[in-house]
Amino acid sequence: MLVSEVAYTARRRPSPRIGGQLALRRKEGRTAYIFLVPWLIGLVVFVFGPMVVSLYLSFTDYDFLRPAKFVGLENYARMFVDGRFIKSAEVTVVYIVLAVPLQLAFALLMALLLNRQIRGVGVYRGVFYLPSLLGSSVAVAVLWDQIFGTEGLVNQILKVFGVSSSTSWVGSPDTALLTLVLLNVWAFGSPMIIFLAGLRQIPQEVLEAARVDGAGKVRTFLYVILPLLSPIIFFNLILQTIFSFKAFVPAFIVSGGTGGPSDSTLFYTLYLYQEGFGSFRMGYASAMGWVLLLAIGIVTAINFVLSRFWVFYGDENQ
Amino acid sequence: MSIGAATARRGTPAGARRSNVITHIVLLILAVGMVYPLIWMVISSLRNNNEIFSNPTIFPSSVTFSNYVRGWNALQYPFGQYLLNSLLITVGSIAGNLISCSLTAYAFARLRFRFKRLLMAVLLGTIMLPEHVTIVPQYVIFSAMGWINTYLPLIVPKFFGVEAFFVFLIIQFMRTIPRELDEAASIDGCGHFRIFSSIMVPLIMPALATTAIFSFIWTWNDFFRPLIFISTPSMDTAPLALNLFIDPTGGVDWGAAFAMSVISLIPVFLFFVFGQRFLVQGISTTGLK
Repeated sequence: MLVSEVAYTARRRPSPRIGGQLALRRKEGRTAYIFLVPWLIGLVVFVFGPMVVSLYLSFTDYDFLRPAKFVGLENYARMFVDGRFIKSAEVTVVYIVLAVPLQLAFALLMALLLNRQIRGVGVYRGVFYLPSLLGSSVAVAVLWDQIFGTEGLVNQILKVFGVSSSTSWVGSPDTALLTLVLLNVWAFGSPMIIFLAGLRQIPQEVLEAARVDGAGKVRTFLYVILPLLSPIIFFNLILQTIFSFKAFVPAFIVSGGTGGPSDSTLFYTLYLYQEGFGSFRMGYASAMGWVLLLAIGIVTAINFVLSRFWVFYGDENQ
Repeated sequence: MSIGAATARRGTPAGARRSNVITHIVLLILAVGMVYPLIWMVISSLRNNNEIFSNPTIFPSSVTFSNYVRGWNALQYPFGQYLLNSLLITVGSIAGNLISCSLTAYAFARLRFRFKRLLMAVLLGTIMLPEHVTIVPQYVIFSAMGWINTYLPLIVPKFFGVEAFFVFLIIQFMRTIPRELDEAASIDGCGHFRIFSSIMVPLIMPALATTAIFSFIWTWNDFFRPLIFISTPSMDTAPLALNLFIDPTGGVDWGAAFAMSVISLIPVFLFFVFGQRFLVQGISTTGLK
């Protein structure tokens, strides 16, 4: 009793200096929240509020004109029997599985090529980076639509090499998605720059040691550079996977908003847009938004679990 | 650095020098391949439509500006109007991001407060949050407020730090600035608002430049949100207008489409050329797109 009382008094009546510090700290906390006011308002009004509303709408039938009608899990159940939903999920998975690894492999390769003492590295880096700035623009999607069209640049170049092709690559269900994968690979610049930054962090002594031990270029890459770079690869993998889930513009433009031909470019986000803002099935679109969030969460979690088997953090064994 | 490079060069055996030449050749081929479609688009925008369908080279032959004249006037309003609309939204977004994100970042980088770790996790979480989860309710809310078909849904949220990327970017940058500077100011009697405005802001100019450039490019390129919130043709942004050139049933005027595409990419290209240093810095510290 006495001890706790002493402790209590000690806590309540500290030496003036500590008391001053506590007051200062409380004041600092208040100041911090003043700085945070705009962000916190934004968080409630534009993020959490809408998320709650979206969750509610996902359990309703809502067409924007009439009041929302509660339908329980109907929207979620509908996904299992909605052929276009299933197709859009398939298209998105195929897109991610192809586009992300290809883009990252290319980005890593180019970063390795650029990570040398050669003249003009800055210029090359700039040129390789440019497409990733433009890749999500409508203008480049318009260009892609022409390049892979019937009389597009690709068929013209093929003609120069004596191959006569009148295929519309964006117009054929077998190849349309591949042209979008290619667009994503083409925009490999930003992961490349992250790889470059990572490569610069690898200490020269480590590479020197590998060379002294008689490791050739390939073995140095496989056993020294790759493990040291694995956290960066992981970081890029997580980011690019999430970006690819959200891809929208190129599919919208090359298909004229339809997701065609034969729904072969019906990205998940495109179908969500069509349902929510084309057919005004806003309850269903909300449910799709939540499933997307869930899918991103699950894939990210799986990536984190798998990363234990291949991502190497230098301080692990110390 | 330069001494090291010089030694390296002097000590380079002939084989390594040859491999450097090969690297250059490989890089050059790849670089040309990468930008070829873009250059071809620019050159093609100066050709007539027949040649666009038959000339895969980038050697200019007959130069004509007729595509630009036709494209500019192809839609309901002159293309300049769409560019101005985009510019208005972009300038508003840049201002909003700069103010709201730097204020938020200061609290996270320099101040101690309750629930800091939790809020930091929330901040990072919102970076990953797909906007598709919130877009339907946002539409409902904004329409209840009478904001549909105005630029408010595109600009106002930026004043409330919704682009958490930039908060993170500025936090990362602030962390590299020595605390002694603000401590000295604090001893001199400066409050945090003075420290923020007179000491921090001038020191984080590079991060603010990166924020401004990325804000510009992202907002300028943004298609999804304007597509949802704008439906009056006179208020269309440049990307919305470009979309109108593509007619899925065929009969696209490619010359005109290319010409307006080139015009809409010029500002992005200029920011890229003059802001590359900031862009590279921004990507390497945060991993933004």
